[in-house]
Amino acid sequence: MNAAKRKLSGTSTGYRVASIVILILLAVFFIFPLYWIITGSFKDAVAINSRTPQWFPMSPTLENYVKLFSRPAMQWLLNTVIMAVGAMILTCFTAALAGYALAKKRFYGRGLLFTIIICAMALPKQVIVIPLLQEMNMLTLSNTLWAVILPTVGWPFGVFLMKQFSEGIPTEILEAARVDGAGELRTFFSVVFPMIKPGIGALAIFTFVNSWNDYFLQLIMLTSETKYTISLGIATMQGEMSSDFGLIMAGATLAAIPIVAVFIAFQKYFTQGIAMGAVKG
Amino acid sequence: MAQNAVTAPAERKPKKQRQSQFSGMSKALIRRETISAYLFLLPSLIFFVGFVVIPMVMCVVYSFLDMGLGEAGTFTGLSNYVRMFQDPVFIRGFWNTVIIVVVAVPTVTAFSLWVGSAIYQMKPFTRSFFRCVFYLPVVTGTVAVTVVWKWIFNAYYGVLNQVIGTTGYNWLGEERTALACIIMILFTTSIGQPIVLYVAALGNVDQSLIEAAEVDGATKLQVFWKIKWPQIMPTTLYILVITTINSFQCFALIQLLTSGGPNHATDTIMYYIFDTVYRYNDFGYANAMGVVLALIIAVFSALQFKITKTDNG
Repeated sequence: MNAAKRKLSGTSTGYRVASIVILILLAVFFIFPLYWIITGSFKDAVAINSRTPQWFPMSPTLENYVKLFSRPAMQWLLNTVIMAVGAMILTCFTAALAGYALAKKRFYGRGLLFTIIICAMALPKQVIVIPLLQEMNMLTLSNTLWAVILPTVGWPFGVFLMKQFSEGIPTEILEAARVDGAGELRTFFSVVFPMIKPGIGALAIFTFVNSWNDYFLQLIMLTSETKYTISLGIATMQGEMSSDFGLIMAGATLAAIPIVAVFIAFQKYFTQGIAMGAVKG
Repeated sequence: MAQNAVTAPAERKPKKQRQSQFSGMSKALIRRETISAYLFLLPSLIFFVGFVVIPMVMCVVYSFLDMGLGEAGTFTGLSNYVRMFQDPVFIRGFWNTVIIVVVAVPTVTAFSLWVGSAIYQMKPFTRSFFRCVFYLPVVTGTVAVTVVWKWIFNAYYGVLNQVIGTTGYNWLGEERTALACIIMILFTTSIGQPIVLYVAALGNVDQSLIEAAEVDGATKLQVFWKIKWPQIMPTTLYILVITTINSFQCFALIQLLTSGGPNHATDTIMYYIFDTVYRYNDFGYANAMGVVLALIIAVFSALQFKITKTDNG
């Protein structure tokens, strides 16, 4: 059937083969940086500084990791996890409640509020971070992990995503719950929540990855070495000793591996979330 | 779930045609619903107002002040804005930013559309493999990706020169190539999300229309332009807008690779804003540039809406 279809749509075999070859070459090109980070982290100084590329570490060494952990790299990793998990939990909680209300409640100001949220999403996030630094200074929160968690929670994308998911809840079920005498909160937790669980999963993974990688926010807000995230830690190491590529790759490996693992494990939710968020009203 | 994505806008239509969202509701019910809705919205609104709306207002207010970080500042009217248009570094940064956007946005969009079309009918495993691969640089994180590229581009220890035999050429240190290298890396970190979006959108195109057209003898190109293209238009628009917003804010690559050099050849507005805060402690001016950047992005987004809308008839 597939062959017949192909014939009908007029795709030549040549085009198909060419496109697969190009895709594979591109895939190699896209995987290479990660491969180079990981293998580079196990190369000794001789291999790093050689004038001919060593495609695979011939004499693998852990010396780069020893150097890395002589710095507070574990602390950086821990900070990053606390930040990403904190932002994730708070975002999911607030966005699930708000998204449900926007999708299923009829109230004054609903249209206006939704318009404001859409417009805010078109704002450049990084521009807001500059005045935010002043605000965090006033709240004496700068250089704490709160300063990188709270702005992430405030970003309205989560509310928008959860509204999209909540649109799918049949109104009849909500009315039935009301007739049965369930209160608002009871309705939310026992009727709505189970139905939007996949959406919350998507938002959770999305927020986790984005918060982990939000370098600009971390750079502006966190200033002391013990408060650094792993991204900031590598960036600083890179600034200090830009030619110790082995050490920097060890840092990059430590930063990338956890998040890549999370991404691959929850890939399905993640892609769903992205596709869902794109549907603009 | 993917199906849901398509039906959602369609479901909303009948609601719009109604006179009011409140039809058939008593006054008491409306009041009760409004109160409970705002209680549900409250936690989210606190964060949204506190960490998006308030800083946004602060940004505009500070843009009219002459102040350092943490200082009180004095009102100087429009002088920060006037100064911007006479500041050669800002103007250079502006043009570099425009070049990045003008090159990166169409390339990312066209390329992701091609990859999306090439993989969306593949077997689920192959499809998610490719989707994963192209998303990899996004997940790996800007900093990790950037530092490895810095090594790859290195004049003596970089694998690029070693492979193509141009040892000693400093890719990121030469005005001719620095910006191009940055755009290339930006491209690899921008393409993941558009591909995911296009795969989802193409998978949702009405299959019966395509089959009908094929029976009528339409070529593959005709099927694409007449049937698929109009149906994926909202996705294209969304991709254009998000890629534009991201490209305009290009910062981390610049800071980590070139610090705006050589000779401001890779300065972007966002990098100059950062520099203005940290090197010159000129907080008012930095915020004024932030306001201008936001306005430029708003204009670009509005233009994209306009163009794609008229395109679509």
